[in-house]
Amino acid sequence: MAHQVESERLVSVFAYPMPYEWSIGLYGSKFFQEIKQNRRFVGIRCDGCGKVYVPPRRVCGPCFRELTELVTLSDTGIITAFSVVNYPFIDPNTGAQRPIPYTYGYIKLDGADNIFSHIINEMDLSKIKVGMKVRAIFKDTAEMQGNIQDIKYFDIVR
Amino acid sequence: MGRRVAIVGVGQTYHKSHRPDVNSREMIREAVTAALADAELTIRDIDAIVIGNMDHFESINYVDTYSVEGSGGVMKPIMKVSTGGTTGATVAIAAYYHVASGLFDRVLAIGFEKNSESDTTGAIITCSDAIWDRFSYSGAIPSLATEATAYMEKYGATQEDAAIIGERDRNNALNNPFAHLQRPLTVADIMASPMLAYPIKLGDICPRSDGACACVLAADGVAQKIARKPAWFKAAAVRHTYTWFGDSTDYNKGLVSMQRASKDAYQQAGITKPAEEIDVAELYLPYTWAGLKWIEDIGFCGPGEGVRFVRDGNTHMGGKIPVNPSGDVISTNCIGATALLRVAEAAIQVMGKGGKRQVPDVKNALATGFGGCFWSDVVILSTERP
Repeated sequence: MAHQVESERLVSVFAYPMPYEWSIGLYGSKFFQEIKQNRRFVGIRCDGCGKVYVPPRRVCGPCFRELTELVTLSDTGIITAFSVVNYPFIDPNTGAQRPIPYTYGYIKLDGADNIFSHIINEMDLSKIKVGMKVRAIFKDTAEMQGNIQDIKYFDIVR
Repeated sequence: MGRRVAIVGVGQTYHKSHRPDVNSREMIREAVTAALADAELTIRDIDAIVIGNMDHFESINYVDTYSVEGSGGVMKPIMKVSTGGTTGATVAIAAYYHVASGLFDRVLAIGFEKNSESDTTGAIITCSDAIWDRFSYSGAIPSLATEATAYMEKYGATQEDAAIIGERDRNNALNNPFAHLQRPLTVADIMASPMLAYPIKLGDICPRSDGACACVLAADGVAQKIARKPAWFKAAAVRHTYTWFGDSTDYNKGLVSMQRASKDAYQQAGITKPAEEIDVAELYLPYTWAGLKWIEDIGFCGPGEGVRFVRDGNTHMGGKIPVNPSGDVISTNCIGATALLRVAEAAIQVMGKGGKRQVPDVKNALATGFGGCFWSDVVILSTERP
């Protein structure tokens, strides 16, 4: 522990890594496997309300019902909302500053009923609008690691 | 139906971006001492305590036990409640449940935050799903910004329209001696401030504050002996959705959690025309667009009517339903305390203790909490014992 002196008031500083390990689950894993094998998305349908969720998960919250019916989707969707992130901040994923600017987007994937959040490869406000069609750009298969960054970003389809 | 419950005392610290003179226990004690003084009680009169702050912010586990000498909770029943930005309102509602249950007569509700002790954006990012959302999520600002872009697209609202909310609330803060930012901000200032995440500029978003708030709640029969004018709970509603952003947002439907919570609250309170029957509102508005969009979700006006309703002066001091006489979140934001401050400020209005920020002749006051991934709490307080 280091100590910073600010006149007579001391401050205690903690600045060390604390690793975690999160389980992705069976269906979440399938999502990343589908990207690696077929370069497309997979969702899951609730046989109670009919809603298709992406990423796929085991339970529909409102119905509180177990889900089993995986549904293959394409690699395209529609922008429902976005923002261009333009302020510096420390990324808790890396402990370093995240590169800015970048465009944070909420995308309704074709065939899904909920929204998927990721990065859109367009930072010029005059060239991006709610309602535009986007397509996922994936990493090269050899570079994929089974995480959300196997999707590099979404490109606007013009 | 539980027992009737009222707020009989409120206390808050002054608010500042950094309080290195106190640790959070000591800061909590300042608010508790003020609330007890307001109710003319001592800590020995308190039967139980509910306390909350933001998970991960100060990296303190078990804040209920960590803070006992500040909260007065040594060897008393005490519970922690932490629900993101809504924490303060959820703490108030949990304290209300304690008293309404009949098990406790006098309960303290406490919210606090020392934003200065961690990186607020980094800490907020840890609220998002580690596998799916955390990679692209960058804290509160862009998720609110996405809502703003969808609202602008749907109804044609402009950045200037939103800036009116910032100007209104920062101007109101000049009447609140406890507010953190006590400098007026105009629409022009906001428009000229740096763009953080389109369309949110520095002037559109709340600050980071250190501070704490406490309220004393008391049961029917006890409350009348403590306060000349108790602030009676007429309604309390909590609606929390998913934590995955993609599941909790539907821009065609609006802020569904706020719609459901307010509908529930109006039913509990027997209110059918909110804009007519509510005299003042303390709405948790962390950014300016919320002041346009969420008053639609809460039913003060219809969908798409927010800009007109605000531009006509309805929500300014002296208007039909003054919103945020305290200056609100855009002036003061000690996050775990922020939603409790909304409830406390609503109680202050009902009790007639608002000083320069008092709205005349308040009968019903509404407070909201907002947070997590588009979650909402609603509380309605009244001079009238329900």
